[in-house]
Amino acid sequence: MVLLLLGLGAGLAAAVASGALPLRPRVPVAASLGAVGCALAFAAAMRVLVTGSVESFHTMKFLPMIGLTLSLDPLGAVFVVASALVGFAACVYCIGYARGGLQSRTAMALLMIFIVTLLAVPVAASIVSFMFCWELMALSSMLLILTDQLHSREARSAALWYGVMTQLGAASILLGLLLITVHGGGQTFADLKAHSSGLSSTIRSFAFVLTLLGFVSKAGAVPLHVWLPKAHPEAPSPVSALMSGAMVAMGVYGIVRIGADLLHGGTTWWWVLVALFGAASALYGALHATTSTDIKRLLAYSTIDFLGLVLIGVGAAGALLDTGQPGAARLALVAALLLVIAHAGFKGALFLGAGAVERATGTRNLDQLGGLIHRMPGTALLFALSAGSIMAIPTLSGFSSEWLLLQGLLHGFADRSTPTLIIMLLGIVALALTGGLTAVAFVKAFGIGFLGQPRSSGAANAVDVAPTMKIAMALLVLPSIVIGVVPGVVMPLINRAATVGLGTNASSPIAKGSGLVLSQLRGAIQPAELLMGLVLVFVAIWFAQLGLAQRRARRVDAWGCGRDVQTPRMQYTATSFAEPLQRVFADVLRPQSDVEVTHVAESQYYEQSLLYENQVRDVLEQHGYRPIIDAAIRAGKSARRIQNGSIHRYLAFGFVALLIILVVLA
Amino acid sequence: MIGATSTIFSIVATLVQVVLLALLGPLLIGFMAKMKARAEGRVGAPIVQPLRDLRKLLSKERLHARHASAVLPLAPMVIFAATTVAIAISPLVTTRPLLGSSADVLVIVYLLLTGSIAAALGGLDAGTAFGGMGSSRAMTIGALAEPALLVAVIALSIQSGTSNLPSIVSTTMAHPDWVSGPSRLLALVALVIVVIAETGRIPVDNPSTHLELTMIHEAMILEYAGPELSLITLAEAMRLGLFFSLIANLFFPWGIDTNGAYAGLALGVVALVGKTAIVALGVSLIEIRSAKLRLFRLPELLAGGFVLSVLAVVTGLVTR
Repeated sequence: MVLLLLGLGAGLAAAVASGALPLRPRVPVAASLGAVGCALAFAAAMRVLVTGSVESFHTMKFLPMIGLTLSLDPLGAVFVVASALVGFAACVYCIGYARGGLQSRTAMALLMIFIVTLLAVPVAASIVSFMFCWELMALSSMLLILTDQLHSREARSAALWYGVMTQLGAASILLGLLLITVHGGGQTFADLKAHSSGLSSTIRSFAFVLTLLGFVSKAGAVPLHVWLPKAHPEAPSPVSALMSGAMVAMGVYGIVRIGADLLHGGTTWWWVLVALFGAASALYGALHATTSTDIKRLLAYSTIDFLGLVLIGVGAAGALLDTGQPGAARLALVAALLLVIAHAGFKGALFLGAGAVERATGTRNLDQLGGLIHRMPGTALLFALSAGSIMAIPTLSGFSSEWLLLQGLLHGFADRSTPTLIIMLLGIVALALTGGLTAVAFVKAFGIGFLGQPRSSGAANAVDVAPTMKIAMALLVLPSIVIGVVPGVVMPLINRAATVGLGTNASSPIAKGSGLVLSQLRGAIQPAELLMGLVLVFVAIWFAQLGLAQRRARRVDAWGCGRDVQTPRMQYTATSFAEPLQRVFADVLRPQSDVEVTHVAESQYYEQSLLYENQVRDVLEQHGYRPIIDAAIRAGKSARRIQNGSIHRYLAFGFVALLIILVVLA
Repeated sequence: MIGATSTIFSIVATLVQVVLLALLGPLLIGFMAKMKARAEGRVGAPIVQPLRDLRKLLSKERLHARHASAVLPLAPMVIFAATTVAIAISPLVTTRPLLGSSADVLVIVYLLLTGSIAAALGGLDAGTAFGGMGSSRAMTIGALAEPALLVAVIALSIQSGTSNLPSIVSTTMAHPDWVSGPSRLLALVALVIVVIAETGRIPVDNPSTHLELTMIHEAMILEYAGPELSLITLAEAMRLGLFFSLIANLFFPWGIDTNGAYAGLALGVVALVGKTAIVALGVSLIEIRSAKLRLFRLPELLAGGFVLSVLAVVTGLVTR
């Protein structure tokens, strides 16, 4: 616990330092302190994961009267690891990145507070401590959205959406938690856990659904996701990486902690609900990711997609445990937790990479990029590796974790109860469909952004970014490779966390070793051996091509179908790349396209100019949220009519209200 | 010493599988071209023509487009490596290949997807209109075909209780009655649709066209020449061979070696050649009898395949 407290302390010291120091030493000092804090927290969490112990801490000094209660157990430790990984990388990244808005006193201090709360939420162990950290996390990240571009309308709208959604979510969570204490008992999580078994199933279900709504909105689950594709792109890139890699995972943490741990698992339909949220998010997120042309928006939608898969894993685990299949349940939960760690790694790296691209070219629009592999080879390689991981290319982390999820779902088919079968089927369909769509999205992101010829002067004149930014990305690519090649190494650690989540001590179906071998169930992969096979073939090709007469290729113009001139404008863009899929899924995406042709005055067979506009808006936002917001605004406007500023009228209102109260009470 | 001899057998069997598919893939393509030519009343090129083309390409000059990066020459290597490893670990002539324990459904599907991703990136690398068009179309079709492939094979693995391909093959041999079950038949139809899409045959793509607006795969590899084109073509042919062999072995595994004996291995080779020739005959019959579909009609076909594969899973669950 001392290690963790030191880590949190270092983070707070970083926040103080950013407030106190002058501009020049501010960023390096604060970022280093923050990185040290993350490293200490990482070490503390790893110790808990290795030993399986639970460390607690309570002080009355921090929050008056109630005190701060912290408890680090293996389940929370997994999420601390995710936060610490991304936090450390974000701090290192900041040293090269912070310029403009992010290096101001307020912004740096907020960033450090944000990182500290990300480390603290999974260890907060009482209602007040948890809500305190949760709200501080929401508040600091909301303000951070505004730091880079305070005056842009998009950023302000994004912050407003995020603020409203997160406050509604927090209120819902608080209500749910209070409902658990309805028959008395303390407010620490240990008390809640002890008391919750005595509650009626109705109260427990209400409490679960209320907290679930808050947590899935944080996890960006459809249809409560609308804030996410607005907030992630507008925030400065290290903040986006933290939000996407670590903060949204806190929603998953909350569901597992409250639903599985404190409320002891509940009934099957809870978990069907979780899995339904997951399946909807996975499909909706993947579809929108394929059609997004803003690189950070694409990453944001892919976060919704990936968190959907995590929720499917959590839902499957809860349902399988309920129907008496602890082995498959453990597989599903381990898969979900592994997905969280893997996602923190590659999505963090991808957001940092997108930030590097934005810094180097001045745009996030893929349609304006191209050819960056020649000008930013290091960034391109790291981006490609992370993209490969999220596309689940074998021997990278996305693949190992999705394989585990599939095994959990497959072995769940042994069950014969209908709700479980529905989850399993939905999960497999979602996993299969998102696999293909994710591949399209990231082939587009890498192929259009980094390959080909530059589509704008910004991309043509890009200059590679500071080395610290690339080091930060490389740090986050590391987990992709480790979990991908030797997933067995982290299995015992994640298993301890799953034990807390499941509340059973049933032995793990995953055998010891560097690969993933299921001992009671049938299934195995040895990614290290697969990698060796791949390398072997590569070496063979390398030797074979030495036998060719000509070693070096001659550079020639690309084939132009007989035309002499080929300009970069003739290339496919991100929009045109995704156009076929956009057309296939037009019913869901509802794209809005406009073609405006101006003819030459002399003849209508010749065009003077052509304007093509294509936009894919979020359907749920347009048709689900807009009407509600419009109704609220209309109600507000009509209520304004009775307020004309006349003091007599207000006195009359007061008098009438008093009369009504007296009549009602009489 | 039993362990050592069986390891040696596995290594030999794996090498046999890789070499066999490297020859069989191009020969199957030649065979299908021959069938098509005969049906059209032509004599057609000899069956070994694709192999001759590969050799011819090896002696041609290496050319790279001016704006291309290292991705252009790397992509064929990645496609070849991913396909070769998928072939090496799959149950093709024996159920005991090297690393057969890793031959999971998801591993094979995602190794093949890795090849598609590499090909699409190779198409985008030169920064031309055709490359992008081919990549975009190939990824669209791939994104719709890959789920159907995965779910169709999962339907088989639910029946067998394992997602390990060699185990699926051996459990199928132990339960001959499974082969004619409704779940298998649905999965078979789904898989045939997927294979036609993934290998770029009519009605999805026409491998012999070079008409700009209709081509998919050929547009994607337009910038490749010489030895790199040879490698990419060989890899694609091997991929076709793997798909045909998987159809053959997952639905009719008899003839495959299960005991780890060299005599059985020889029989397995003969059986695989025979079975894939029958699959190729079937595919060429489909090619002869149908016209290429419009690009935007394809999603309906592939969605049909996906629905069939989901139905295969559901029937498998209901009838167990």
